Amino acid sequence: MRAHRYRKSSSVLNEFNARIHGGIVAMLIMSALLLGRLFYLQVVNADYYQVRAENNRINVTPILPNRGLIYDSKGTVLAKNYSSYALELLLGGTDDPDRVISGLADLIIISDEDRRRIEDALRVSSRFSNIVIRDDLSEEEVALFTSNAYRFPEIQLSAQLYREYPYGEITSHLLGHVRRVSEADLQRLEQKGLKTAYTNSDWIGKVGIEAFYESTLRGQLGLNYVEVDSRGTEIRLLDRQNPISGQNVVLTINIALQQVAYDAFADQNGALIALDPNDGSVLAFVSKPGYDPSYFVKGLDTTTWQQMLDSIDRPLVNRASSGVYPPGSTLKPFLALAGLEAGLRTPAWSMWDPGYFSLPGSNAKFRDWKKGGHGQVNMHKAIVESVDTYFYKLADELGIDTIHRYLTRFGFGAKTGIDLPSESNGVAPSREWKKRRFGTPWYPGDTISVGIGQGYNLVTPLQLAVATAGIANGHSLVQPVLTKAELDPTFKKDSTSITPTRVRPLLMSPQNVKVLQKAMEGVMRPGGTAANAAAGATYTMAGKTGTAQVFGLKGEDYDENTIDKKLRDHALFIAYAPADDPTIALAVIVENGGHGGSVAAPIARKVFDAYFKSQP
Amino acid sequence: MAIFHWIKTELTKTLDGPLVALIFTLFVISLGMLYSSSQGDVGAVLTQANHFAIALVLMWVVAKAPLEYLSRLALPLYLFAVVLLILTALIGEESKGAQRWLDLQVIRIQPSELLKIALPLMLAWYFDRYERVLRPINYLVAALLLLVPVALILRQPDLGTAILVFASGFFVLFFAGMSIRIFGFIATLALLVMPFAWGLLHAYQQRRILMLLNPSADPLGAGYHSIQSTIAIGSGGFLGKGWMDGTQSQLNFLPEGTTDFIFAVLGEEFGFVGVLLIFLVYALLIWRGLKIAAQAPSLFSRLAAISITMTFFIYVFVNVGMVIGLLPIVGVPLPLVSFGGSSAATVLLGMGVLMNFRANRRIVQT
Repeated sequence: MRAHRYRKSSSVLNEFNARIHGGIVAMLIMSALLLGRLFYLQVVNADYYQVRAENNRINVTPILPNRGLIYDSKGTVLAKNYSSYALELLLGGTDDPDRVISGLADLIIISDEDRRRIEDALRVSSRFSNIVIRDDLSEEEVALFTSNAYRFPEIQLSAQLYREYPYGEITSHLLGHVRRVSEADLQRLEQKGLKTAYTNSDWIGKVGIEAFYESTLRGQLGLNYVEVDSRGTEIRLLDRQNPISGQNVVLTINIALQQVAYDAFADQNGALIALDPNDGSVLAFVSKPGYDPSYFVKGLDTTTWQQMLDSIDRPLVNRASSGVYPPGSTLKPFLALAGLEAGLRTPAWSMWDPGYFSLPGSNAKFRDWKKGGHGQVNMHKAIVESVDTYFYKLADELGIDTIHRYLTRFGFGAKTGIDLPSESNGVAPSREWKKRRFGTPWYPGDTISVGIGQGYNLVTPLQLAVATAGIANGHSLVQPVLTKAELDPTFKKDSTSITPTRVRPLLMSPQNVKVLQKAMEGVMRPGGTAANAAAGATYTMAGKTGTAQVFGLKGEDYDENTIDKKLRDHALFIAYAPADDPTIALAVIVENGGHGGSVAAPIARKVFDAYFKSQP
Repeated sequence: MAIFHWIKTELTKTLDGPLVALIFTLFVISLGMLYSSSQGDVGAVLTQANHFAIALVLMWVVAKAPLEYLSRLALPLYLFAVVLLILTALIGEESKGAQRWLDLQVIRIQPSELLKIALPLMLAWYFDRYERVLRPINYLVAALLLLVPVALILRQPDLGTAILVFASGFFVLFFAGMSIRIFGFIATLALLVMPFAWGLLHAYQQRRILMLLNPSADPLGAGYHSIQSTIAIGSGGFLGKGWMDGTQSQLNFLPEGTTDFIFAVLGEEFGFVGVLLIFLVYALLIWRGLKIAAQAPSLFSRLAAISITMTFFIYVFVNVGMVIGLLPIVGVPLPLVSFGGSSAATVLLGMGVLMNFRANRRIVQT
């Protein structure tokens, strides 16, 4: 019976067996698919997936290096680090950072600036990196947070190093400041190939010395290689690469002198540069008003920031190297030298000053500052009494091309090359310059204004100081420099001395320079425009006053007392001392200060006094 | 020494020695991987051993039962399972958006699991019954018997189980001699219907399928499982990172490392070599199943055996395929290795059925 049944269904059985073979083939193909994929993953691409598995497992956390300190030339600390607490958002810990932060804001002040920075950081940060919510908590805030910490498991209190500038606004424009890196900074660093050198909660020097010497001061990030699980919990430390501290930087600045200079401005705005005329070392670098750099370190709120931007005093402008001013009569010694060098004047050559100058064939009068004029005037008297008429005539005879050539030789119209991230070019006007700038040709009348440092002339206090140093040393134009050494904080490496790299010879005859040196000494003696400022000094000085018009008044008498403060003349003064062997040269500008002799020169006197008192 | 004699008899007469050996090999692999991926949780290992013990008893009972019981039980078991499925749809527990469990006071069961064994038995019985008078209408009825429970399971929704149940029924139809042309026709129809069926899928099912096409689109969301398991397997390389040393599994980057994704733990810790070894074990097991099917004594047993064996392959294929990122994640465990009692029980029930057929095999005519 059973046998019969098998025979009957043998065709079915054959079909069945055929289909089993089909099934086996199908299973083999499908298995080959699986094994092929596995071979691809585990043999062909194993390296790639091993890297990805390691990236999962290993969290590389940066350790910030100690930033190098900044010292003045006498070893006084101008920028240091102190440790304080910050609140950090642990990014592995929350899906909703906004909720956490608004919860925290009930407890601790979080400024709009902080919020903006957090938003930026959230956009770019990786999965496990922490984001700083608030910096530099006060003791009360630390206590307040600690007692409520259980409510914020996603936030941690972390000890951090902060930058401190003990001299605050006095050194603000010189040193600049550090800030937390912004998204824009990171993009810029990425272009330079430096992105991995910074973390997104890092500090970076923004302006001044902090920015210029960023690579020196910064040091090198350390790295912790931490094994983490899928929730970001740290399992163990796998490896540690220690950070390398930044180099210390020693400035040429004498902070005591800087302090005296800053204070000497009292409530006035302006700038002062004092330097050693022999090597260009900058002794004082003042731009007033300054600002409180700690605002930037601690995170600036929008209101304060807006106030700084809107302030009529413009505290964020570095007047000393980026501010440009008409030089006024401080330009006269340089023009006089041009006259001698060009062979158009001799020291003895003299002219009669009726109190005005007119171009040939014109009735328009360029007036001297002294009504009625100075009488018979030679070069010495023209400098000592700052005779405008003499220089109107000289400028007219020299012509703008010659003037431009000589002013350029004194460094006007070009950057001085100081070790700061930015400075202004100023303007040493020329035909080409005017054509480029205004599209109009040069008129003879333009030259006359240049003769007394008005018109198109613009200089920075730094340029003026460097040019003054040129007259003081008599032979060269130095490159100003703010730094004299970089020091390794561990003393493992020798310190690197920094010497000015560029010293350009003036290429002017020593006798001619001597004429001007003598004339500038005369300015400080009785009868000179700055005689009062020199009275009673234990050393000899040479100088030149200047008063630069901010605003041209037409047909009206200028009355210092009734005119709006912002429209008053700038007071200028350049000087060096001791007159026979100068060790310090300076330029002062007091914005809207009035007369150079009465306002700017006394500031220079105070700086000189302080300088020579401290020198043995 | 009566006990040894009894064991020897059971192993040679009732049970199938090679199958038992392969099953125990998989047990060892399972417990070893479980110990590793649970990070040394002895409790989990013991629980799974317990699952295996219970499943082994079920297997033994089925293997020992008279062959006729299996064919006689087919229809009642099928009806019982379908009724339970309907009850599940009506009064089942809902968890994670799916209604899969039925609480019968005494035990909580997942009736869909039961179908993995009940459906092939039912269809095999049906074709056996109409063996000599088979008409096209019978295929239609069989298709209905297949589609009703599959539809119910899809509704729960449980795509993974539905695929396996469908596969088990499909294999019976296929090996019962259903015309290839009809399969071709149905397959074409299915392809045409697919765009409409897409709309019937749950959002999470759609997401899983889309994610398969581009897992990096949502690396922390839907694509996370797939990406992490691929990294685990790939980083295992040729020789693996060593037992208990897989970083992806030990540091919990790999989700579901003890259940659906245990293959990734194996791939990470034992590499391509480990993968080849377990494939070899599965291949031998399937080969044995095919041999049993070929020698089975009746149409019923032939069809049931081939279906159980081929479904076992699909089980492995779907699980490994989803773990290595070839298939969408449908929630199918790795048979006899993933942690879980019901899967072990149904798979070993199937093995019991195979052993039963083996014990009653047709004497090969020489």
